Amino acid sequence: MDFAQIIVNGLALGALYACLGVGFSLVWGVLNVINMLHGSFIVLGGYLAYFMWSYLGIHPLFALPLVGALMFALGYGLQYTLINKIVHAPVLTTLTLTFGLDMILYNLMTVYFSATPRRIRLDMGSFEFMGVFMPADRLVGVALAFLLTGLLFYVMRSSKIGRAIVAVRMDTVAAQLMGIRINNIYAITFGIGAMMAGLAGVIFVMVFPTTTSVAGVYLGKAFIVCVVGGLGSVPGALVGGLVLGIVESLSAHYFGPQNAPIVGFLLLLFLLLVKPTGLVGVKGYE
Amino acid sequence: MMAKLGTLLFIIWIIVLGTTPFYAENHIVRVAITIAMFSTMAMSWNIIGGFAGYPSLATAAFVGVGSYVGAVSQINGVPMVAAWLLATLFVCILSAAVGALLLRLKGHYFAIGSIVLVELFRLIVSSWSSLTGGGNGLNVPILRWEPDEVAKLFLMVMLGLMVLAYIMNVLVKNHRLGFGLQCIRQNEDAADMVGVDTTKYKVIGFVLSTMLCGTVGAVYASWVGYIDPSESFQIVVTLKVPVMALLGGAGTVLGPVIGAATFIVLEELVWVNFLSWNRAILGVLIVILIFFLPHGILNIGLFSKLRRKAAAKSRKGDS
Repeated sequence: MDFAQIIVNGLALGALYACLGVGFSLVWGVLNVINMLHGSFIVLGGYLAYFMWSYLGIHPLFALPLVGALMFALGYGLQYTLINKIVHAPVLTTLTLTFGLDMILYNLMTVYFSATPRRIRLDMGSFEFMGVFMPADRLVGVALAFLLTGLLFYVMRSSKIGRAIVAVRMDTVAAQLMGIRINNIYAITFGIGAMMAGLAGVIFVMVFPTTTSVAGVYLGKAFIVCVVGGLGSVPGALVGGLVLGIVESLSAHYFGPQNAPIVGFLLLLFLLLVKPTGLVGVKGYE
Repeated sequence: MMAKLGTLLFIIWIIVLGTTPFYAENHIVRVAITIAMFSTMAMSWNIIGGFAGYPSLATAAFVGVGSYVGAVSQINGVPMVAAWLLATLFVCILSAAVGALLLRLKGHYFAIGSIVLVELFRLIVSSWSSLTGGGNGLNVPILRWEPDEVAKLFLMVMLGLMVLAYIMNVLVKNHRLGFGLQCIRQNEDAADMVGVDTTKYKVIGFVLSTMLCGTVGAVYASWVGYIDPSESFQIVVTLKVPVMALLGGAGTVLGPVIGAATFIVLEELVWVNFLSWNRAILGVLIVILIFFLPHGILNIGLFSKLRRKAAAKSRKGDS
């Protein structure tokens, strides 16, 4: 395979990974919670879009806002009723709780949706540009991933809620003293995390077949994106995603596709040890 | 006095489990072996997770490596017991190396790093198919004895490991090491400042917490006779073990034993009957545990009152 093709594949994969990881990174950065539900949220978003498409005939592009709203409500509710009660507990407690919730969600999905691989096939053909080949549906997915990530960046930068979230991340006590309702901001952040996961799921179900069993794989990718890029910032997730995409694409070419995930995890461990704040992370947020 | 009572209860519990072949059917013996297996893992986890307070989620990684080292060496003609020892030794060396790197991390980063080990080792084992058979798994030579005799043997071995894990916990708790680890849990920087060699203590604690997991893995492989990567390296197992320890009361010697027994018995009684809802019920149990039993069974009002009374009495006795 041609080198340009490998890099383009890597960048395309990287954009999808960035969209997949940004919600996880936000939740970890702001709430200091490792959200083990993230993988299942992605799969749930994908399934919702798939069923809207196959039973109601809703095009996935129109399904995006619907899925986003549903996932936001789910995330907000979970955080407000359950996770907020222990959000300041040690990591083992919060991680165990989200893992327990993940088991419930995962089980519900396998029972009601079954584990058959599903994919929305839009059949849009493919592009070729200067010898680089790219399926059109993947191109749409990449564009959507960039768009959504950029939109989140804009919201975090310029909306009142976004500024409040950043303030809580920087200094919870000071933010509280300025009159920000912390519990509400936590729930909104978790809702945004779930929403971004669901939206990433919609994109993924257009590009790859989705089943419940890939939830763990997606969660693993979110770990890597988050650690490589650094916690809690949108540009961090973008850098993390793109780096992971290119690294996986290169290592799939040189070491074989079955070894690419190993290289991804080794990259995670390496960065954890050398630069745990991530490539573009800022010190002092943890 | 409390410690003596604990040991007495533990001995009674070992006898109850060890005599199951004489009064119960095969299925119950199997449950007893499983209880011994998970008690060993939960007590091992207790050293790093309970005493030192490091949220290690790497249990399944070392159990899996242990089972593969045991299986591969048995297939290549190493006698069964020697293969178990070899697996233990290998896991110790591996965890010392991994621990020296990983234990520099704290909190969330350590948790992520340790849980990633499970996936990383699983991927390496399944991609190294010339040695491990890849996704097809490995058939381990099984003992050609009567099934009842085999079950008795493995029950005794697993109970032996459980007793070793208990002794290890008691020794660590009463030794400088346990004191050092508890200092690390409360404030690592302060512990470092007053002269606890935190790096050394943590690495030793981590190795102790994985050692018997390696043995358990190898013994498990010989017992069931077949292993594959997705069965050996399970994220669910890696989380079940700390949940058991938390259920009983982490950082106490008897807590993990009570937790593991309660958990396995509940599993046998409740969710075996709802096969397709297995995971969800476990999830609900975890949520209940976090909200209603955050400090474990041993620390429920009544028990901790009893303990405080005993402690007060022993203090009076001293003066």
